[in-house]
Amino acid sequence: MDSVKKQMLEKAATKIRLGIVESTHSAKAGHPGGSLSIADLLSYLYFEKMNIDPKNPKKPDRDRFVLSKGHAAPALYSALAHRGFFPVEDLLTLRKVGSILQGHPDMKNIPGVDMSSGSLGQGISCAVGMALSAKHYNEKYRVYTVLGDGECEEGQVWEAAMFAANKKLSNLTAFVDFNGLQIDGSVDEVNSPMPLDEKFKAFGWNVIVIDAHDFDQIEAAVQTAEKETEKPTAIIMKSVKGKGVSFMENNCSWHGKAPNDEQCEIAVNELKAML
Amino acid sequence: MAEIKKIATRDSYGATLVELGKEREDFLVLDADLAEATKTAMFKKAFPDRFYDCGIAEQNMISIAAGIAATGKRVFASSFAMFAAGRAFEQIRNSVGYPHLNVVIAATHAGISVGEDGATHQCCEDIAIMRTIPGMTIINPADDTEAKLAVRAAIDHDGPVYMRLGRLAVPVVFDDDYSFEIGKGVVLKEGADATVIATGLMVSEALEAYETLKAEGINARIINIATIKPLDTEIVLKAAKETGALVTAEEHSVIGGLGSAVSEYLAETYPVPVLKVGVNDTFGTSGPAAELLDKYNLRAKDIAEKVKQAIALK
Repeated sequence: MDSVKKQMLEKAATKIRLGIVESTHSAKAGHPGGSLSIADLLSYLYFEKMNIDPKNPKKPDRDRFVLSKGHAAPALYSALAHRGFFPVEDLLTLRKVGSILQGHPDMKNIPGVDMSSGSLGQGISCAVGMALSAKHYNEKYRVYTVLGDGECEEGQVWEAAMFAANKKLSNLTAFVDFNGLQIDGSVDEVNSPMPLDEKFKAFGWNVIVIDAHDFDQIEAAVQTAEKETEKPTAIIMKSVKGKGVSFMENNCSWHGKAPNDEQCEIAVNELKAML
Repeated sequence: MAEIKKIATRDSYGATLVELGKEREDFLVLDADLAEATKTAMFKKAFPDRFYDCGIAEQNMISIAAGIAATGKRVFASSFAMFAAGRAFEQIRNSVGYPHLNVVIAATHAGISVGEDGATHQCCEDIAIMRTIPGMTIINPADDTEAKLAVRAAIDHDGPVYMRLGRLAVPVVFDDDYSFEIGKGVVLKEGADATVIATGLMVSEALEAYETLKAEGINARIINIATIKPLDTEIVLKAAKETGALVTAEEHSVIGGLGSAVSEYLAETYPVPVLKVGVNDTFGTSGPAAELLDKYNLRAKDIAEKVKQAIALK
């Protein structure tokens, strides 16, 4: 990846992170930790990779994105807003009565959201349905979905994984945000679904393990997935929960808690310094 | 008298899928390893490329259906009522209901008439739980004629549909000129002494009850309600006002089904006695379907008895 593109994506990722911090602060609720960990991926998908049009959010041949870990909605909303699907200032209405920005993604009312999600395990199945439809009707778009590592404790994830491989849905790419933390503690302590790479391989998937915060690795993995003609691809991204905000990094207490005024100011200053 | 023709509504469903398959290509059919039983196998045989078996994974199947619908295609997803409405309830609520997607959940083997498989497979709660989902349309056809029309109506319906179908062959009560519209009840027999509002296989029992009551000098109005949600409140209110006593009849728990829907509506608009014929808050048991309908008091005689009790409460 050339340096100009990388700088653009880094800048977009920082803006996504700012939106996450400011929207959850405004809402006094939400999930900043697992939103910050996928900001770089969403920057790459929404600002570089996906065939989408903010002026025509429902264009039929668009690439689809399903946020299976729906609690990372602040990241998705921030990416969509900064990409032009709706005004950036709307992010401050997150989780408020009357706002389109529901606590978890709502495809009916939010421009650019392709699937409602939030109940863990269901999003990947919905993405599988989209990929199946695309294959069946010979549509060329691709389907991307992001799972949490904790989410992989849901049985439905593996029902979906089994089906996707059996039906050869090579147009499906599932990212796993492997940040190692869930609400009750570390994924290892709670009920480890590891080893995820071996599990997806055993289920018949193409598996790539990358650093979630390295754009070169993200791009290389996504391009490898595109060349695959038989198998769906799982890209397991080793990530830092809370990435980009010093005091939130690798701290599971930031899974579902909003920053207060002081914390928000520190976080915003840290992020703005990167722009 | 000619023998009454009997057809299971699951067969009507399978046959109609095949007809639709010949007419259009904009829909897919999903099943969860029960294709022979739900009759989606008829479609699978005719159009193997347009049928996808999800295996024994109903939750995944329902969310896959949602994903297909989100791409603008139509889709039928079938399993037994117990595993569609029951096991996959939350997928239906969150993946299908909340985004109001065009998924037809065609659930067969509903009610006690599943028979020998017993209580684990006899779903008498599906109407109740599906009714709680905002925007869900629930259709429980009475016979082959109505089921075929309902499947055709469902494929083009805007929003999710829960179609309740049966395993047991039931009498064909409607002629070919019967017309079906989602949300509309039908008066099958006029009467002024009381009204029986029946759904599904209880419609033919209600028609039989009409005759026995008539012989005793009681003129009961008989209404078929195939669409339990949204309820045809106009026909219900008119019956309450004109006959003053109602009996509901369904092969479903008396908690949360048609009887509840009618009672809830009338309690707030025009309170009259509403007695319920249904499964009385109990699990089923194994046995031949016909014997179970006797055992659980889901027969014409039970409807007739309740009508007399309802009239006494007027």
